Amino acid sequence: MKKIHIHDVSLRDGSHAISHQLSKEQIISYCIAANNAGIATMEVGHGNGIGASSIQVGISKLTDEEMLTIAKRNLTTTKLAIHVMPGFATINKDLKKAFDWGVDLVRVACHCTEADITEKHISFARERGKEAIGALMMTHMASKETLLEEALKMQSYGAEGVVLYDSAGAYLPRDVKDKINILVANLNIPVGFHAHNNLGLAIANSLAAVECGAQIIDGAMRGFGAGAGNAQLEVLVAVLQKLEYETGISLYKVMDAAEITQEKIIQEIPTINNISIISGLSGVFSGFAKHVARIAKENELDPRDIFIELGKRKVVAGQEDLIVEVAIELKKNISTTKSK
Amino acid sequence: MLKMRKKLKVAILGTGNIGTDLLIKILRSDYLECSYFVGRNFLSKGMSKAINLGVRVSDKSIEFLKSNPKLYDLVFDATTASEHIKHAIIFKEFNKIVIDLTPAKVGKLCVPSVNLSEVIHFNNINTITCGGQASIPLAFVLGKVHPNTEYIEVISAIASKSAGPGTRANLDEYVETTEAGIIQFSKCQKAKVMLILNPAIPCIDMQTTIQATIKDPNMDLITFEINKMVANIQKYVPGYHLLVPPTYEGGRLIITVKVKGLGDYLPSYAGNLDIINCAAIAIAEEFSKAKLK
Repeated sequence: MKKIHIHDVSLRDGSHAISHQLSKEQIISYCIAANNAGIATMEVGHGNGIGASSIQVGISKLTDEEMLTIAKRNLTTTKLAIHVMPGFATINKDLKKAFDWGVDLVRVACHCTEADITEKHISFARERGKEAIGALMMTHMASKETLLEEALKMQSYGAEGVVLYDSAGAYLPRDVKDKINILVANLNIPVGFHAHNNLGLAIANSLAAVECGAQIIDGAMRGFGAGAGNAQLEVLVAVLQKLEYETGISLYKVMDAAEITQEKIIQEIPTINNISIISGLSGVFSGFAKHVARIAKENELDPRDIFIELGKRKVVAGQEDLIVEVAIELKKNISTTKSK
Repeated sequence: MLKMRKKLKVAILGTGNIGTDLLIKILRSDYLECSYFVGRNFLSKGMSKAINLGVRVSDKSIEFLKSNPKLYDLVFDATTASEHIKHAIIFKEFNKIVIDLTPAKVGKLCVPSVNLSEVIHFNNINTITCGGQASIPLAFVLGKVHPNTEYIEVISAIASKSAGPGTRANLDEYVETTEAGIIQFSKCQKAKVMLILNPAIPCIDMQTTIQATIKDPNMDLITFEINKMVANIQKYVPGYHLLVPPTYEGGRLIITVKVKGLGDYLPSYAGNLDIINCAAIAIAEEFSKAKLK
């Protein structure tokens, strides 16, 4: 049976959905359940990764140290992972400490054309004897040739895998096939896929990736992630089981873990609302949804208009400050149209 | 009667984006003269540009400047932070003024609109970072108007194409040096800095947002002082302008500036390149005015 590594992003991508307000009790219950279900690797932290708690992208309820040490204490077999974005987190301020707190694996993430900024962080993790995986985000914005070039760079820095993120939930299965195929054919390390469900395709896209040879698939319990959520982890386990792939995860126990997540952590089960559809179509990072909703309300604007405008400007994660600017401009345009 | 001014002889070390853009700015300056453009490779883009412009060049890097100390009075170091740490010792030995454009922060930190007159008493001046040049003057104003400012956060987005290999290798140093600059100039004890490289095509202009936690901000005074500061910066960075004026939203103060470059070496989206170089030129011209009176 072919093996697929399911990587759990619930307590990292899901942080976006609850404005980074994970509590100590929630982390404890989740870690116990995930560990028990046989999850091999799981991320914990702020939605934008370690060192990202800020006014710009949201202040976490707990510090990175609190989140990671609590998680580590409650995991035995599951490896503790973090998401790291150079430009947000530095080796000295964040990465060194994370390893001291017991982090086993790092996803070093960057926008899909910027792989060279991950070199120092990837090599540092490897020097410390930790696992390092390269994460290319917003990959709908680049061609497959560019993605291959960038993935090869990460491989040369020592990455032990490269994962393509569909951060905006903008992929169709044919895009997945196109891009995963070329990576699988040319890299010596495992390839992965990280889906978002804006267009209702998270599971279908993950399957398309697996069929093209992807070995790492990201998922979240009940889909708990930014915007419309990620590929629903317990569904992935079920579907992969049906297709006779080995995940090492117990279906019943992962369903139990999903139940616990729903009861104790998730405020609102991710659904595909109008905003998620528009965000997927316009290719804007799902993590913008909450900020856009709030700013649209304050300015009496249609959040869909803000998303479309953001899409035109090709914004990337971390540019949340542009939302206010776009809102002010849209408002100005509306008032000039009215006064005419 | 108009008399030709004597110009200060300067050398540029590092022929990447920063060094080459500096060169073009120096060629326009009434106070500076580029005596040598120094790098490692005659085939680099910057070097070819310099040769085409008729500037004297060397590919012997720091060794050339060590062997020819009489050829220059001031040097711009546009290499990398780790290189500058080694260079700083050499320039000190030769008693040369050095303007360090890397985030090595060996020397005195300078933001011309805030402390230009102080720095000419130092031999090694650091221009902090592009994001630092854009945000520190604003942070300085906030700290002055509200000494009780609790927290300052700065996020800059720059076009991928404007970040050369040096900038990319120095991301961690960029973050840590800019944070140190914000804290030093604003006297606010807590600061966080982030940098985003935006791959979007067409390239985005450099944009910097500063957000601060301040209890009961005096918005009128802040706005007045910020406008004054922006006008001051515009004297040496013409493309600097306020995009979102001081706005109090959701318990935070937010100010956004955009920096359009002069389009000297890289196109105008590379405001990041422009602002740090405009600052470096302003500092070097101040030295020229002081030394060649």
